[in-house]
Amino acid sequence: MSAGDACMVAFQSDVGDSGAVCVRGGGTRWEVGGGPDGAREVSAPVGIVALDPAEMTVMVGAGTALSDLAGELVIHGLEVGMKGPSGATVGGVLMVGRSAMRRRRVGTIADVLLQADCVGADGVAFTAGGPTVKNVTGYDLCRLLVGSLGTLALVGRVILRTRPVPARSLWLVGEAEPERVLDATYRPSCVLWDGVRTSVLLEGHGEDVDETAGRLALLGLTATEPPVLPPGRGRWTGRLPSGGVLEVGSGVVHQADDGGPPTVPDGVRRLAGRMRASFDPSGRLNPGRDPYRVAA
Amino acid sequence: MRRMSGRTRDPLLSALISALDAQRVQTGDGARRLYSRDASVIRGGRVGVVCFPETTEEVSACVVAALAHGRDFVARGAGTGLAGGAVPCDEPVMVVLTRMDRILEVDVSRRLAWVEPGVVNLDLSRHLSGTGLHFAPDPSSQQSCTIGGNVANNSGGPHCLLYGVTSAHVLAVEVVLPDGEVVVLGEEEGDSVGYDLRGAFVGGEGTLGIATRICVRLTEDPPDVATLLLDFMSVGAAAETVSAIIAAGMIPAALEMMDQRVVEAVEPFVNAGYPTDAAAVLIVELDGQPSGVADEIRQIKELARVHGARSVRVAAEEGERERIWKGRKSAFGAIAVIKPDYYLNDTVIPRTKLAEVVQRIYEIVEEQDLIVMNVFHAGDGNLHPLLLFDAREAGVMERVLAAGEEIVRVSVAAGGVLSGEHGIGLEKKRFMSLQFSPADLEAQQRLRSAFDPVGRANPAKVLPTGASCGHVTSLGRLPDGAWV
Repeated sequence: MSAGDACMVAFQSDVGDSGAVCVRGGGTRWEVGGGPDGAREVSAPVGIVALDPAEMTVMVGAGTALSDLAGELVIHGLEVGMKGPSGATVGGVLMVGRSAMRRRRVGTIADVLLQADCVGADGVAFTAGGPTVKNVTGYDLCRLLVGSLGTLALVGRVILRTRPVPARSLWLVGEAEPERVLDATYRPSCVLWDGVRTSVLLEGHGEDVDETAGRLALLGLTATEPPVLPPGRGRWTGRLPSGGVLEVGSGVVHQADDGGPPTVPDGVRRLAGRMRASFDPSGRLNPGRDPYRVAA
Repeated sequence: MRRMSGRTRDPLLSALISALDAQRVQTGDGARRLYSRDASVIRGGRVGVVCFPETTEEVSACVVAALAHGRDFVARGAGTGLAGGAVPCDEPVMVVLTRMDRILEVDVSRRLAWVEPGVVNLDLSRHLSGTGLHFAPDPSSQQSCTIGGNVANNSGGPHCLLYGVTSAHVLAVEVVLPDGEVVVLGEEEGDSVGYDLRGAFVGGEGTLGIATRICVRLTEDPPDVATLLLDFMSVGAAAETVSAIIAAGMIPAALEMMDQRVVEAVEPFVNAGYPTDAAAVLIVELDGQPSGVADEIRQIKELARVHGARSVRVAAEEGERERIWKGRKSAFGAIAVIKPDYYLNDTVIPRTKLAEVVQRIYEIVEEQDLIVMNVFHAGDGNLHPLLLFDAREAGVMERVLAAGEEIVRVSVAAGGVLSGEHGIGLEKKRFMSLQFSPADLEAQQRLRSAFDPVGRANPAKVLPTGASCGHVTSLGRLPDGAWV
């Protein structure tokens, strides 16, 4: 299935206007927020529809594997600020809504989505956002969709912002306080802290990366392989759990098991409830999932 | 028994006065007139009553009072909006937030600050001087506009090309919802818990509630900055250079274009050394670490040469850099010498279409026998055609509006959008159906209804619903310090 207009029509038809339904992507984070309670599974269109390097945007079917998209983009020296497990789809990663570890450089995942072609709970197709890199026309539905676990609308096709791939990337690690590492660097792409050691990802012009690495060597940091992080996630509460690694500035702790979901104030829950009911009054989209039942 | 005055007999006024105090609830003609306008060309209705709350609780009380007495409410910052977003329609309660102007907390190590909505944009960056941090969104009105207004409009500015518009710099926001309830949306750190309601709220143009405290992301000052001035003998060559720079994998901090008419008007005021015989100039700002900046200067010089630039000037020192920017940011003080009135538009197009759309704008304006000045954020395709005219000329208004509408149509037809940073407000809601289908608009209404089920928060704005208000009967005279 390619992601052209005909496939979007087919996707709309698959979603239909009645019965519990969900989109299955790569299934790599299928249990996030709870399973979809036996909802009928449909697939989103697959394939790159339009890639214009001079425009720095790409239109792609939500069912496309993120690795396939990345493989095509890198040929043009481009990337998208998204990361997912092996096999994850573009739509799945957007719906789970976790920002990439390199968010300090590439921005949050919400900054990536420019336009989304969706099918609503009533079976009607609609478009959120717009195709340009700058746009304040109407309400920002795209941001609302990112991280919504498919509970507001089902996304079939998207336009994403692309970015140039950095010329050089270098991980360093050493026993230094993360604050000192931050003070010695300019906009590092990622800073990790395991309670003893700080790892930092430097990206950019080769000479700038080398110059910064030289400064960090004085703090005892040396080049290393990209870190392998524990599989679970929790939210930073000011204390690092045993074996945990803090993604400094992101609020995320990589740890052995997922932490519990954070407490959500009643007023926010009520607003979220109104939002879900407004988009899906009959509760047919991903009925068992709750975006508030997610650790981080 | 003493008779109650007219002021206190009105139950809405009584409620507002008891929540605030008599001095901060104004109903005089002067206040009602003053707060009936913003910096746009739109005239709407009249303000019912003007309130000046100083706390979140007082904002909530204003909202609750308006609701209890069947009135709409409209939030307002400095009134620098250009789309009529803060223009009143049906005698609403106007909630003016300029007294809530405290910087509450700056956390340098975590690179964030909590501010009240009435803090002026530039005042925050001035306050941060010496910390190595700044607030990145820099609308040209930044010496007047408030951060609350920036949140409402998801404001941009020249440096948003690299750093992103306001939404990318708002981590969390305390909001008085349209039913008076106070919630905090977003997190100081990390992705949103559940729905990104913060992201949905930013850019809501006052229709989703009122921001009362805002947690903003602070951006590190770059270690190196270079400002380049490129001049061209044709707008097309300048536009092609813009596309070439982006296609080469560079994202400058800013990439601005000014056409000859702007340059001619501005140069006598700022003496920046702009070439007044050039058809267009580009201001390119590069920032980051020194080797990367030096390499990009080299690449841009080469691209400029290939695309026919007459010269590339790299500002040698800070004073020269400031003069180049002063011409860009204060361009509009110089306009009044050409014509007394103006109408400023704001659309976005794919940046690869810059040359053809800008050419089409010149044709549209010529067809309507008007004058246009183009000074805009070329790097992200955000056009700001400024139509100049003399409102005393009979029939000129119709020609101005016709040209404005055609520019919007051409932009959308080129694959663009209605607004890049000014918002929809009253000005552009009639064009929403050019860009969006009925189903698209209904989805947007679903978002709005979740925040405001009863429709009292700044109604008649953004979506082209049945309610109408606002008309362009007399386009504005150029105010002091107008901006784009």
